[in-house]
Amino acid sequence: MTTILAYADRFTARPGETIAIKASVEGADTFDCHIMRLTGPEAGPLGPKTAHEPLTHPANGSYPARVQAIHAGSFAVVAPHPLLDRLSAVTVQAFIWATTPAKGRQAIAGCWSEPEGHGFLLGLDELGRLEGRVGDGTGGIVTVRLDTPVPERRWLLVALTVDPAAATLTVRQWPVAEPRFDPEVPREASAACTVSAKSTGLPFLLAAWSEGEDARLTAWRHTRTGGHFNGKIDRPRLANRALGAAGIRALAGDTIPPELVADTVGAWDFARDIPTEIVRDVSANRLGGVTVNLPARAMTGHNWTGEATAWPEKPEHYGAIHFHDDDLVDCVWEDDVIFEVPGDLSSGIFCARLTANEATFDVAFVVSPPVGQARAKVAFLASSATYTVYLNNRARFTSPMTHLYHGRMTVMDPVDELMFHHPAIGISTYDRHADGSGVCYASRHRPATNIRPSGRLWNFHCDLFILHWLETIGEPYDVITDDDLHTHGLDLLRNYSVVLTGTHPEYDSRDMLDALDGYLRIGGRFMYMGGNGFYWRIAYHPDRPGVIEVRRAEGGVRAWIAEPGEAHHSFTGEHGGLWRRQGRAPNALAGVGFISQGFDDCSYYRRMADADDPRAAFAFEGIPDTIIGDFGVLQGGAAGLEIDSADPKLGTPPHALILARSENHSNTYELVPEEVAIPHGALNAVQNEQVHADMVFFETPEGGAVWSSGSIAYAGSLSWNGYDNNVARLTTNVLKRFIDPASFAMP
Amino acid sequence: MYAINPDRLDLVEEFKARPFGEHSPDLQYVLNLMRTKITNAFPLLIMTRPYEQWTLAWKSVGDLEPARRTNTTFDSIEAAEWHVFKLRWRELTGSDCPVD
Repeated sequence: MTTILAYADRFTARPGETIAIKASVEGADTFDCHIMRLTGPEAGPLGPKTAHEPLTHPANGSYPARVQAIHAGSFAVVAPHPLLDRLSAVTVQAFIWATTPAKGRQAIAGCWSEPEGHGFLLGLDELGRLEGRVGDGTGGIVTVRLDTPVPERRWLLVALTVDPAAATLTVRQWPVAEPRFDPEVPREASAACTVSAKSTGLPFLLAAWSEGEDARLTAWRHTRTGGHFNGKIDRPRLANRALGAAGIRALAGDTIPPELVADTVGAWDFARDIPTEIVRDVSANRLGGVTVNLPARAMTGHNWTGEATAWPEKPEHYGAIHFHDDDLVDCVWEDDVIFEVPGDLSSGIFCARLTANEATFDVAFVVSPPVGQARAKVAFLASSATYTVYLNNRARFTSPMTHLYHGRMTVMDPVDELMFHHPAIGISTYDRHADGSGVCYASRHRPATNIRPSGRLWNFHCDLFILHWLETIGEPYDVITDDDLHTHGLDLLRNYSVVLTGTHPEYDSRDMLDALDGYLRIGGRFMYMGGNGFYWRIAYHPDRPGVIEVRRAEGGVRAWIAEPGEAHHSFTGEHGGLWRRQGRAPNALAGVGFISQGFDDCSYYRRMADADDPRAAFAFEGIPDTIIGDFGVLQGGAAGLEIDSADPKLGTPPHALILARSENHSNTYELVPEEVAIPHGALNAVQNEQVHADMVFFETPEGGAVWSSGSIAYAGSLSWNGYDNNVARLTTNVLKRFIDPASFAMP
Repeated sequence: MYAINPDRLDLVEEFKARPFGEHSPDLQYVLNLMRTKITNAFPLLIMTRPYEQWTLAWKSVGDLEPARRTNTTFDSIEAAEWHVFKLRWRELTGSDCPVD
């Protein structure tokens, strides 16, 4: 069996720039690459007839295949240092909050080479018991462990001491006082030990041990790691003598006691530099380190009381990092295909189709014009943030609940199956980590199973319906991305007559919303072509393009729920969660906001009285119909999947016209939880009239305007009957009028 | 409570006629039971030929192993839902679904 996994070093490039594609191929000696412009979805017999346009380019051709490894699992590391090499007597300690103590041996902290049995290690044994381990690298290993497993999700202070003078090895743990009644007592165990703890040349690792060196780059330099710990670590400390119980507890305090300053080799304070990947040593030695594979920061620590629920207010209560054995920020694969974007290549969505034997893998990317240089009147704003947040959504296939709330069985294809054959490619922010905690970071620097012109008609793939429509009506367009909108703001938009969104622009940073708001304030025209847009707040990593943070805070339709006190983004300190809870409901920008979702069936819109308002005459020109969109590729209708409605209380402008409203949705369409103060049993569309999509139009003060479909499924109706239908006609009417420079007048 | 009345032939016929879309409250109750009372594995579909063939597969709750493909294939998702409905009916009522 042949499998291909691949990704690109960037999602957006401009003429003259290069995109490097990295591939790992099993079961073949070579693979082929063909670059093509995507002109529509591969949506089956009901969809439009799509013929992607092959691109003649030197990057097309055959390449030698090889397997490239993925090094998943997060940890923190301090590079080898003479101070570490000189350690003979040792105390290593930390507060821990273990989430999977029963999963097998795990490292907490130490300088330990697992294959060589060399150095010292504080960790958990096969049964989840605290264990100390010392090895001299020649076969002499001494271990000591407590007799009961550490409790799950309970703060403990744990320590290992190596005392050459007394020839003992000791582990200790103390429960941290918490307002609960779990039985816990201090524990301690010692063993005779004459083996040296010398660890020459090894790094000091937290949440992992060394598995030796690799010729290729790994997640950190060339060091392979193993024994990844699941859970939080707070205040790790390292001392060059064997401290007693009092000394360990003293060293675990807020500051290093004066009497221990000289003995302290390292005291890492994770409450500092939270937005970064820096691990700060506050001891005199300044043995700083880094985190690897982006473990979660801004996590409540052992001393968190609830007094502050935002880490910027009291960072000293957020001194924990939550490590996961399935964290992955970058596969760091070597390049295979270099695609140099031709200078005359017009903007669009492209993909490198990699094939070998029966296997195919698509790597999609966007070619944009230079920033600020519009090459067309219309810009399609590709939802790159949302594509990234959904990247490798595995939860859809792992829970029977999907069948329940989708109202139909979930469908996967062979590319989706790769997530289970190669789980190391990582998961999405719709998933939970192996320890049950929510995934709050998403990275594009790994193979993506969801950003391709095939498979589930969702997000990227679904957005290709819109491109096919633009191609069919012959309207030139540029493609721009969320990432560039975040970075360049209004400058990216100001030269376009019309900006169209994708079908599901769900995730936005403040800078993105500010840019869209600014665009409307200078007379821009905005077509929101989907549903459930502008819903969640995100933060971009300060240094790594294509890495995004989501905290699923108090409200919303959520795949997981942020832990108490952990609603603020580590990258920025901003409160995460829904924009509507932060004064920027989608309704203010687009006239509508998320109201319901259902996936078994889609419905239609009924034309409303506002459609006869002369202000909206352009939209319905040539459309006498009362029912709009009772057809479509996506479950048979234009209104559905995720739908939005108008609500003046949330910011829908008072002059907004509700042109059409959907009806007749199925039982699976339930009111979103943020609309439900008291559950009452009449929440689904069959019983609750609040569940509907609104198609709205409104003018903005400088001659601009907004039109919103309020439904993800809408785009799937455009191509119906060879584009001879009222959805295509209405949407084209709106686009043509929006391109027309004649100002819209505020009513 | 939490049981399917095997005499409700009307609900079987309602589902067979319209597996997706609005359901009566009693049918929705049956479907909710079928889709939540999962003791071992739950069904999903693998699109083995794009938009032409869907293969029934089973996945165990909570494991990350690939779905186990069966030899049962369908030429529509509606046919697949009907097949699974009958399987779950038999599992939860102890008797064969009264409609084929």
